[in-house]
Amino acid sequence: MTGSTASGTMPSGRLRLRLEARDQPGLLTHLAVSLLLLVAALLLAGVVMTVAGGNPLDVYRSMFGAGFGSKWGLNDTLVKMVPLTLASLGVALAFRMKMWNIGAEGQLLMGALAASGIALFAVPPDMPQWLALVLMAAAGAAGGAVWGIVPGWLRAQFGVNEIISTLMLNYVALSIVQFFVYGPWGERGFGLTPMFERNTWLPRLTEYADQWSALRGLTLHLGILAVPVAIVFLAILLNRTKFGFEIAMVGDNPDAARYAGVRLRRTMIIVMALSGALAGLAGMNEVSGVVHRLLEHISPGYGYTAIIVAWLGRFNPLAVAVVAFLFGGLIVGADEIQSAGISSLLQGVILFVMVSGNLLIRYRIRLREPETLA
Amino acid sequence: MIAFLTAVLASGVRTGTSVLFATLGELFTERAGVLNLGVEGMMLMGAMTGFGVTWLTGNPWLGILAAMVVGGMMALLHAFVALVLRAEQVVSGLALTFLGSGLSAVLGSPLVEVRQVDRIPTWPVPFLSQIPVLGPILFDHNFLVYIGFLLVPLCWFWIYRTRQGLELRAIGENPAAADVQGIKVMRQRILYVAFGGVLAGLGGATLSLALTPTWVEGLISGQGWVAVGLVIFAGWDPIRAMFGSYLFGALRRLPIDLQNFARFRANPSIGYFTGMLPYLFTIVALLTVSIGDIGRRWGAPAALGRAYVREDRDA
Repeated sequence: MTGSTASGTMPSGRLRLRLEARDQPGLLTHLAVSLLLLVAALLLAGVVMTVAGGNPLDVYRSMFGAGFGSKWGLNDTLVKMVPLTLASLGVALAFRMKMWNIGAEGQLLMGALAASGIALFAVPPDMPQWLALVLMAAAGAAGGAVWGIVPGWLRAQFGVNEIISTLMLNYVALSIVQFFVYGPWGERGFGLTPMFERNTWLPRLTEYADQWSALRGLTLHLGILAVPVAIVFLAILLNRTKFGFEIAMVGDNPDAARYAGVRLRRTMIIVMALSGALAGLAGMNEVSGVVHRLLEHISPGYGYTAIIVAWLGRFNPLAVAVVAFLFGGLIVGADEIQSAGISSLLQGVILFVMVSGNLLIRYRIRLREPETLA
Repeated sequence: MIAFLTAVLASGVRTGTSVLFATLGELFTERAGVLNLGVEGMMLMGAMTGFGVTWLTGNPWLGILAAMVVGGMMALLHAFVALVLRAEQVVSGLALTFLGSGLSAVLGSPLVEVRQVDRIPTWPVPFLSQIPVLGPILFDHNFLVYIGFLLVPLCWFWIYRTRQGLELRAIGENPAAADVQGIKVMRQRILYVAFGGVLAGLGGATLSLALTPTWVEGLISGQGWVAVGLVIFAGWDPIRAMFGSYLFGALRRLPIDLQNFARFRANPSIGYFTGMLPYLFTIVALLTVSIGDIGRRWGAPAALGRAYVREDRDA
């Protein structure tokens, strides 16, 4: 379908629409089409909201204002961007080799659970903060990695469909977290653990307000530093290493990759481990940087949104981060108007429009007279 | 013990009916060579629509009908994006699921307050429901369960014993060859995708109108994904899909059935683990077909998930 000779016809009245494959869609085409599609998606979602009895203009205005309109809004958006970027990068890595890991939500939860376990039981109050944070991050990554390795191994060894297994494990992870927060780690049956000790908290910007007064009141935590680190790590891994090349090869043509000597099973399992580890780090960030305890609703669906973000950013880590920033604002905006449904609806419409619009990037649409058809 | 097992199996048949409809729908979709991962979204919309329409009209059958129409329309969206626009089917299906969960949450928000609507009535089959053990398991249910009983052999007959079924299998296995035979590949695929959506909508409404007659956000809780998994487990065969669905149903109800035992009532945290069972079952079910030789005998339709473009035929 990528060959320059590929084309198709769609009957449309007297004229016929003809699709001509573009040889190599340029960056400008990509950006222009994406922007056009975003507008189309917002319009479409607006129509739906109008039908549902809302005023889309008001909704968009207050959502945009809440997410990007002020210093505080940007602060909140960046806070949401941290877990979203980490989880999305993990998903993007797996998608790059056509491993459909849609279990980032469960991997995030298991990461949060593991990091919380460390914070609650392995960190004495006098432990240095950096050590506590390193331990929690390691546990978070490990927790997520385990939740990625299981479906990865099942796929590599037995061919179990990873779409289903990763998704099922999301529900299993949620049940495990619920067991702990309502059971052994819980506090009075509210579905949350006690507050962690101070030395397990990722420092917030507001703690540096003595030196820089502009930072006063900002809840953004140092977990944001993980974002550039993860972007660079993934960019190097994908574009500059043999392993990254192998991942791309498997994604494009697994048979060719195997003949070329790529060890498919090993690659699958490692990719799923890394993918899960990144989502697990996102979970650690939430418990350590935002709520300082484990609770049932630690994630407003970051792991699911990450699927959309990863796909929209394609396999480019920087693009993924940019999309994650925008979607972070979307989540903040949805909080503002107190409707998670609207955010989920918008995400669905945006993804739908973008995936359909891919046609516009891959093909040029030409009108032509029926007679000219051979 | 017999009484307990009877109760578990009976509730398994009842609970499994919603996932059975969705599984059969996806089975037809995939037999036609199209992967639709939007089952969860279509079921959510079906559940919400069915509940809402029943609340408005007071007639649960109208609710069922509306749910089926909405499910079919959502599936047509997938057909348009994945088949006509040739987008990646996995992503388009995922988008449908996001869309369905968002849309059902937004449109259904007034319905969360509604406590009571008319359910699909239960009808114990005269005489047959009196048979010990088998009676309660098979013949003491709401009408939708019986519709499920009828649908399974009908689907089997359609796929394996009719000309249409032969064409269906052809477009899923080798669309190019089917095209040469004069079968309208695109048209048939679109129709089967729509039919899959109709059944997914029915499955969703089964949940909201017969099993747990309420509407809450995310009511389906992963059952649409289970349906996708059960299709693989069933080896794309309706009879096996039925057994898989009922087994899933039994496990899903198990936490509630176990409440009859004092030992389990005393320790509520066991519920979190029994609650995982249906999801773990789905993974194990996939594992068993992958390990056994079943997977090789009844493989996936060869053209599953690939758009058929006549011009690209031999590319």
